[in-house]
Amino acid sequence: MTTTPTAVPTTTAVAGGIGTSPLRPDGIPKVRGEFAFSGDLHEEGMLWGATVRSPHARARILSIDPAPALAIPGVHAVLTQDDVPGRKTCGQAVKDQPVLADGETRFWGEPVAVVAADDAETAARAAAAVAVRYEPLDALTDPGEAERQGSVFRTMHVVNGDPDRRGEVVVEGYYETGTIDQAMLGTEAGLAVPDGEGGVDLYVATQWIHEDHEQLYASLGVEPGAARIHLSGIGGAFGAREDLTLQIHLCMLALHTGRPVKMVLDRAESFAAHVHRHPSRMWYRHEADPDGTLVRVEAKLIFDGGAYQTTSHAVIANGAYFAMGPYHCESVDVVGIATRTNNPPNGAMRGFGAVQVCFAYEAQMDKLAAALGMDPIDLRLRNALDAGDRLPTTGQVIEGAFPVAEVIRSLAAMPLPDAGPGGDPRHLPGGAGLTTTAADIRRGVGFAVGFKNIAFAESFDDYAEARVTLTPDGLLVETAAAEVGQGMVTVLQQIARTATGIEQVEVAFVDTAAIGSAGSTSASRQTQMTGGAVLEAAEAVRDEALRRAGGGTLSGEGVLRDGVVVATLADVLAEGPITELVRFRHPPTTAPSETGQGDLHAGFSVAAHRAVVDVDPDLGLVRVVQVDTAQDVGKALHPAALVGQLEGGILQGVGMAVMEELRIDDGVVRNASFTDYLLPTILDAPDVEAVLIEEPDHWGPFGAKGVGEPPTISSTAAVVAAIRDATGRDLTRAPVRPEDVAGV
Amino acid sequence: MEIARPTDLAGVLDALDADPAATLLAGGTDLMVEVTYGGRRPASVVALRRVDELATWEGRTIGSGVTWARIEHGPVRALAQAARTVGSPQIRSAGTIGGNLGTASPAGDGLPFLAAVDASVVLASTAGRRTLRWDEFLTGPKQNALQPGEVIVGVELPEHLPERQEFAKIGARNAMVISVASACLVREAGGATRIALGSVGPTPVRARRAEEMISAEPSPSPAAVAEFGRLVAEEVSPITDHRSTAEYRRHASGVLARRLLERCL
Ligand SMILES: Cc1cc2nc3c(=O)[nH]c(=O)nc-3n(C[C@H](O)[C@H](O)[C@H](O)COP(=O)(O)OP(=O)(O)OC[C@H]3O[C@@H](n4cnc5c(N)ncnc54)[C@H](O)[C@@H]3O)c2cc1C
Repeated sequence: MTTTPTAVPTTTAVAGGIGTSPLRPDGIPKVRGEFAFSGDLHEEGMLWGATVRSPHARARILSIDPAPALAIPGVHAVLTQDDVPGRKTCGQAVKDQPVLADGETRFWGEPVAVVAADDAETAARAAAAVAVRYEPLDALTDPGEAERQGSVFRTMHVVNGDPDRRGEVVVEGYYETGTIDQAMLGTEAGLAVPDGEGGVDLYVATQWIHEDHEQLYASLGVEPGAARIHLSGIGGAFGAREDLTLQIHLCMLALHTGRPVKMVLDRAESFAAHVHRHPSRMWYRHEADPDGTLVRVEAKLIFDGGAYQTTSHAVIANGAYFAMGPYHCESVDVVGIATRTNNPPNGAMRGFGAVQVCFAYEAQMDKLAAALGMDPIDLRLRNALDAGDRLPTTGQVIEGAFPVAEVIRSLAAMPLPDAGPGGDPRHLPGGAGLTTTAADIRRGVGFAVGFKNIAFAESFDDYAEARVTLTPDGLLVETAAAEVGQGMVTVLQQIARTATGIEQVEVAFVDTAAIGSAGSTSASRQTQMTGGAVLEAAEAVRDEALRRAGGGTLSGEGVLRDGVVVATLADVLAEGPITELVRFRHPPTTAPSETGQGDLHAGFSVAAHRAVVDVDPDLGLVRVVQVDTAQDVGKALHPAALVGQLEGGILQGVGMAVMEELRIDDGVVRNASFTDYLLPTILDAPDVEAVLIEEPDHWGPFGAKGVGEPPTISSTAAVVAAIRDATGRDLTRAPVRPEDVAGV
Repeated sequence: MEIARPTDLAGVLDALDADPAATLLAGGTDLMVEVTYGGRRPASVVALRRVDELATWEGRTIGSGVTWARIEHGPVRALAQAARTVGSPQIRSAGTIGGNLGTASPAGDGLPFLAAVDASVVLASTAGRRTLRWDEFLTGPKQNALQPGEVIVGVELPEHLPERQEFAKIGARNAMVISVASACLVREAGGATRIALGSVGPTPVRARRAEEMISAEPSPSPAAVAEFGRLVAEEVSPITDHRSTAEYRRHASGVLARRLLERCL
C-alpha cells in the first residue's frame, strides 16, 4: 500500500478515489460526438486561414507575389516573413525555425506564407494562388553525409568505466528505424480572436500552452499579457503538438485583419506540419563474460533531426543515456549524433529517443544470448538493474522503485496463448485478403525490455502549478495542463477526492493568464507533476477546512466528528474562501558532464513485452496475435485508464513494427495520407494481457509513476523479435516490410 | 455547380445528352477523395443513387450501382471475397462496382474477377447501348473506354461461371488497405483455368501462358503447380512505388497463383 499516511485519518472513504476506475467526465460527450474539439471552434464573423508550403526539400525563394491571391474575392490577407511583427524565428530550445520561410526553404512542407479568406475553400484557393518562385537547391537528406559534413544539432559522448575492459563473447549489429508519425486523430486546429486592443486570444489544441505562449508573444512583438492561450479540445498528441505549428500564423492573421481566424489542417497537411519520430541508424557492440555478465557496450547512434532543431538535442540525449537498456555493464562508450538535414523536422514522439535504441539493444541481447548459448530471459535477469544500482551510462544511482527483474519474471510467468490460430481467416496473416491458411504459417515469440526516465531532465527547472479551491458544493481544481485524451482529468479528480474525502471535484482547464505553467503533457509526467501539485494543494485545503472546524474528518457533506456533521462546507467557508495554489517540483536533476555523467533524471520506469506472432514466411505477412506486458507503474491510480495506456501504446508499437513509416524520397514525403501511412486496424490489433507491478515511486502522488511511454518502448522490439523467431531472419530494420520477411 | 438527380436511366441519359461532360457520381468513395484532396471541381454532376434500374442484380447482370456490401453477401464466391476486401464497412455500403470500373485503378479489387471470367461492361447513351469486353473497356491505369455522354449500366457475366473460383489480396495490413497484389483464379472441373492479377500491371493481367500450361493438367502434380506459379510471376509487369517493390509483387503473384490453384483443385 502506498497511500500517503497523512491522507488516511483525516478524510472519510470516498467514491471515485484513487485505485478505482470512475468514468471520465468527458467520456460520454466524446463518444456521443458532443465534445468540442479544436476543429469545432466557431466565432461569429470568423475568417479561415490556409498555409502556403514549400514543395521542395530545399530551395531559394526568388519572389513571393501575393497579388493573384489577393485578387480572389473574399481574400483578406497574404502574410509572409516580412509581416512577422516580432521575433522572426521560433523553437523550443533554440529559436532556429523561421515563423515563415526566410528566403530559403529547408524542408518539404515548410510554411512560406499564410492567407485569410471568408471561407475554407477560398482560403485554400488563395494559398494555391500565391505566386512563389523557387530556385531548387541541392538538398542534404542523407544523415550519414550530414554527419561527415558536421551538420549536427548535438553530439553526445557518454563514457563510463574502464575503456579497456573486454569480454570473451562479442556480438555486433547494425540497426535502423524509420520515420514514424504520431498520427493523432485530431489534426492541428485553432481559432485566434483579436481583442480590439492589440491583443489576441488563441484557442488551440496543444501540449503546453505556457511554452507556446513564450514563443507566441515574442513573435507577435506584444507584451506577454496581450496574448493569451486557451486549451481547446485536444484529439490526441503523442508529441506532435509540442512544437508550434499554426499558433503564430493564426494570431498574425487575426491581428492583421482584426477578425477572428480559424484554421484546420487536413490530414495530408498535418503530416507536413508537425514533427515526427527520428529515423535512426545504430551500430552496436556488446561484450560479455562467458557466464553472461555484460561487461562492455559500445554504440554509435545517428538520429536524423531534419531541418530544424525542435527537441533533437533532448531526443538524442535520451538515445545515448538509455542506449544499453536497464542492464548492468562495467564499461560503456556511446556516441549519439543528431544530424541536421533537409528532411522534415523530427522531434517528440511517445518514448522520445528510448524507442529507437530499445529496438537495437534488445536485438543485441537476443544475439548475445544465442552467442552465449544462454536463455535470453536468463541473460536479461542476470544483468537486470535494480533500485540503488548505478545506471551504467550516466552513473546515476537509481532512486525509488526500479523492479526490472520483477517485471521480467512476471511477464515470463504469464501463460502463452493457444498454440494455433483459430478458424477465422481474418485472424491469420493477410487477414481479410484471404492470402493465407493455417498451413502456411509459423508462430514466433519475442521478448523485450525497455525503460525511460519520467519528467524533464538535465537540470531543467521542471514544475507544475495547480490551484484547488473549496466551494460549497465541493472542490474546483484549476490547471493549465493539457488533457490530450490520456485521462488526466479523471486522475486529478481521483487524487483530489482521496486527499479530501470530497467526491464532487470539477477540473477546469484555464488559460495562460489565469495560472502558471503545468509543464508539457509529455515525458510521462503529468500524473506525477500536476497530480503532485493537486495532491499538495488538496491536502492544504483539507487541513485548513479541518482547522476551521476544530478537527474531525472531511467529507462532501462537511466536517464530521463521530460520524456527525459539525460544519457544512458552507459553514467552513463562512470565514472566507479556501484556495491553495501549489507549484510542485520533482527532485532536482543536474546538468551532464562532458562525458554524460550526473544525476540527470528524476526517476525511471521499466516495462517488458512478450509478443506472439503468426507469420506467413512465403508472403512475408504477419499477424500479431498477442502482446503481453508487465509494467512498473508505482501505483495504479485508475486501473482501467492505465490498461488503456498499455493497450494503446502497444498498438503504436505494433504499428512501428510491421507497417507504420513515412516514406521520404530526397526529402519529399510520399505517403502523407491515411491511405498510405498505414495504422493498425482492429484486425491488426493483438490481444493484450497486462500485469501491473506496484512498487511505490519516491515522489509520485500515492507512489504513482507516469505510465504513458513505456508501453511504446519495447513493444516494437518484442514484435520484431517474434518475427525473427518465426522466420530465422535477421530483420534489423523497423518497420519490417513483407519483402524483408519474404527475402525478396 | 449543377447537380442532376434523375430517378431512372432515361433521365440519366437525358442529363448526359444535355451535358456530356458532366461528372457521374455513384457512391462517391473515389470521387469525393479527388474533390477533397485532389482539388477536383466538377462543373456539373449527375447523381446516380436514385436510379433503381442501375442498382439491380438480375442473374448474370450486375447493375453498376450495386454496392460492395451487397456483392459481399452475394452468390458469386470470388467476387464476394473481393468485395470483402474493399475498404471498410462504410466504404462497402457506399462504393459500387460501377465506380470501381469508372475509376479503373490498377488496384481496383473488383477488376481481377471480371478479367478472370471474361466479363463485359454494358454502356449506354442516348445513341444506344454497347457492350465491351473487360479488356476493351479497361484501357490503362485510371483509363477506360467510357465516352462523354455514356454511363456504365452494369457488368455482364458469362452464362456459365466455373464453380471453383478463389480471390486473394495482399496488403500491408490485415484490412482496409490498398492492394499490393491480388489475384483471382477460376477453374473448370475439366481443368480449364484462368487467372487474372491486380496491382501488377496497368490493368488486370491475365497470365495466358500459365493458364494454357495448367489447363492441360487435369490433376496437376506439385511440380506443375510450382511451374504454374513460376509462369505467372514471369507474366506480370509490376512496378516499384511507395507501397511495395516490383520484386515483391512479382514474387507474391507467383505465391498467390499457386495457393489459389491449390484451393481450386
Ligand atoms: C477509405 C477508402 C478505402 C477504399 N478501399 C478500396 C479497396 O480496398 N479496394 C478498391 O478497389 N477500392 C477501394 N476504394 C475505392 C472505391 O471505394 C472503389 O473504387 C469504389 O468501387 C468506387 O465506387 P463509388 O460508387 O464510390 O464511385 P464514385 O466515387 O462515385 O465514382 C468513381 C468514378 O467512377 C465514375 N462512375 C461512377 N459510376 C459510374 C457509372 N455508372 N458510369 C460511369 N462512370 C461512373 C465516376 O464519375 C468517378 O469517376 C477505397 C476508397 C476509400 C475512400
